[in-house]
Amino acid sequence: MNVHNPNFLLMVEGLTVSFDGFKAVNDLSFYVEPNECRVIIGPNGAGKTTVLDLICGRTKATSGSVNFKGRELLSMREDQIVHAGVGRKFQTPSVYEDLTVFENLELSYPKGHSVFGALTFRRDDKVKTRIKEIAETIFLEDLLNDKAAYLSHGQKQWLEIGMLLIQDPELLMLDEPVAGMSVAERKKTAELLNRIIQDRSVIVIEHDMGFVADIATRVTVLHQGKTLSEGSMERVQNDPKVIEVYLGH
Amino acid sequence: MESSSNRLFSARDLIGFAVLIAIIFVVLPIALDGFRLNLFGKYLTYAFVAVGLVLCWGMGGILSLGQGVFFGLGGYCMAMFLKLEASTPENTSIQSTPGIPDFMDWNQLTALPAWWEPFNSLFITLIAVILVPVVFAFIIGVAMFRRRVGGVYFAIITQAFAAILTILIIGQQGFTGGVNGITDLRTLKGWDIRSEEAKEILYFVNGGLLIVCLVIAQYVRKSKLGRLLIAMRDQEDRVRFSGYDVASFKIFIFCLGAAFAAVGGAMFTLQVGFMSPTLVGIVPSIEMVIFCAVGGRLSILGAVYGALLVNWAKTSLSESFPELWLLGLGGLFIAVVMVFPNGLAGVYAEHVEPRLMALLGKSKAAAPDSAANETPAE
Repeated sequence: MNVHNPNFLLMVEGLTVSFDGFKAVNDLSFYVEPNECRVIIGPNGAGKTTVLDLICGRTKATSGSVNFKGRELLSMREDQIVHAGVGRKFQTPSVYEDLTVFENLELSYPKGHSVFGALTFRRDDKVKTRIKEIAETIFLEDLLNDKAAYLSHGQKQWLEIGMLLIQDPELLMLDEPVAGMSVAERKKTAELLNRIIQDRSVIVIEHDMGFVADIATRVTVLHQGKTLSEGSMERVQNDPKVIEVYLGH
Repeated sequence: MESSSNRLFSARDLIGFAVLIAIIFVVLPIALDGFRLNLFGKYLTYAFVAVGLVLCWGMGGILSLGQGVFFGLGGYCMAMFLKLEASTPENTSIQSTPGIPDFMDWNQLTALPAWWEPFNSLFITLIAVILVPVVFAFIIGVAMFRRRVGGVYFAIITQAFAAILTILIIGQQGFTGGVNGITDLRTLKGWDIRSEEAKEILYFVNGGLLIVCLVIAQYVRKSKLGRLLIAMRDQEDRVRFSGYDVASFKIFIFCLGAAFAAVGGAMFTLQVGFMSPTLVGIVPSIEMVIFCAVGGRLSILGAVYGALLVNWAKTSLSESFPELWLLGLGGLFIAVVMVFPNGLAGVYAEHVEPRLMALLGKSKAAAPDSAANETPAE
């Protein structure tokens, strides 16, 4: 079961988590290919966020397997999973409000992650160049010295995406990246996401169907912790089961 | 700002350090008589604890209500060495077992316990002063932070440790001197620490060690680790999912705080001439947090002033109105929380400094760059 299939970057098999008997995710299996953009949709309470929590180690699974490039993630600590190449963006923007945009990005730079490393970390030109580069990608190049607390909601979302980009993960997991954004911000974010999903695998949770159709390679529809339907956007949209529980209303 | 906040000392930090050094090494020794100077030396030993609390609590969000434990362990290690040196067979010839500390003799001990033996050596003692509290902090840190115990729960548990250690010391009178503590300390390698000039020298040694600790704290504050502490305080999960093992950073900063407190405790023993469980328990541990809060929990220099001011007020007030002091302390803590949450350092940065700058004719543009790291997180 744990043999790595080179066709897949991530293999989720039989994943189950039970909270006091309630199975939020129930015997779920899905496979993500390299460079694929997988979108997970589903009604509220379907277990979408829980799936991301299980993959990144925030929630401990009851049973099952999450195999990433041949390594079992379920037995690894959160920071080890990050170093293995999995990045996670939270639903509400999680940035360090008391630090500047520059410092926010700097803390995510993949160097000096041990205690000693953090004490001896030097802000050299390589670091600065990379941070400027990322800041341009996320439209924040003019705000590097501003405190993150002063950013708008959308800018905070971008900053958090930037903090993940600087880690350069092979698998990027985004939880509702355009939620709560203005129309203009949404358009810019779609453009940004389209650019950054090019050379990596991405799992996105999203409700905005137009946005989903725009970015998805494949869509997984979750319902009560199980896969209801899976396939191309077209196929999923025409699946009567999906229309019944999700798209219908 | 990118470059300036990367330097160890900004111009503003340099001025702050210079003023403090001037106060400790010039102003106080000139202004105070020997007795008062020794008192201020004692106050400064609490500043070590307060500086450690700025790193742990102010920056890292780890509130320890048990810093007295580390202060006490450091102080007891030092006191054990001094007590052994004072307990020569000649000095203790009237005891039934000469050559052991007096309190052991009173408690019918007939030989020095094995774990006291290493404290015959000054070298081992100096290592133990730092090592014993740090190892203890490390064990608490691993047990708590690996299990993700934090916030109020951590504070309560550290408080419990303070209570436990006090009870242990009082209960094991024959080994620890009990409620009286370890008293009647005389010489350090033959050098009489009770004499006027010894006290003066110890005051300066104490001041020097405090500056060393402050420079270390400044280095940590300005390193990436300092920014990580602030990040952990505000968004622990984001730090964790950026690939950091959060627990190891908490353990590190908690151990560093313990080491600072231990140096303070050892210097307390040397300057005051005794160590007792009343300096270890819950009340002194909470007082130490108040020193830090009054000085400003985000400012390492503020913490020093906080320790000095509160202790000076304590001495003055309890000299004239002993029963009012606890009320005063409580009131002070409420005032800090309600009115000026960033303590003296906050008041200075908000009200005094702008006026000072205006007086000096400097533009506001030259204003503090470190302010970025010094805004409160409620």
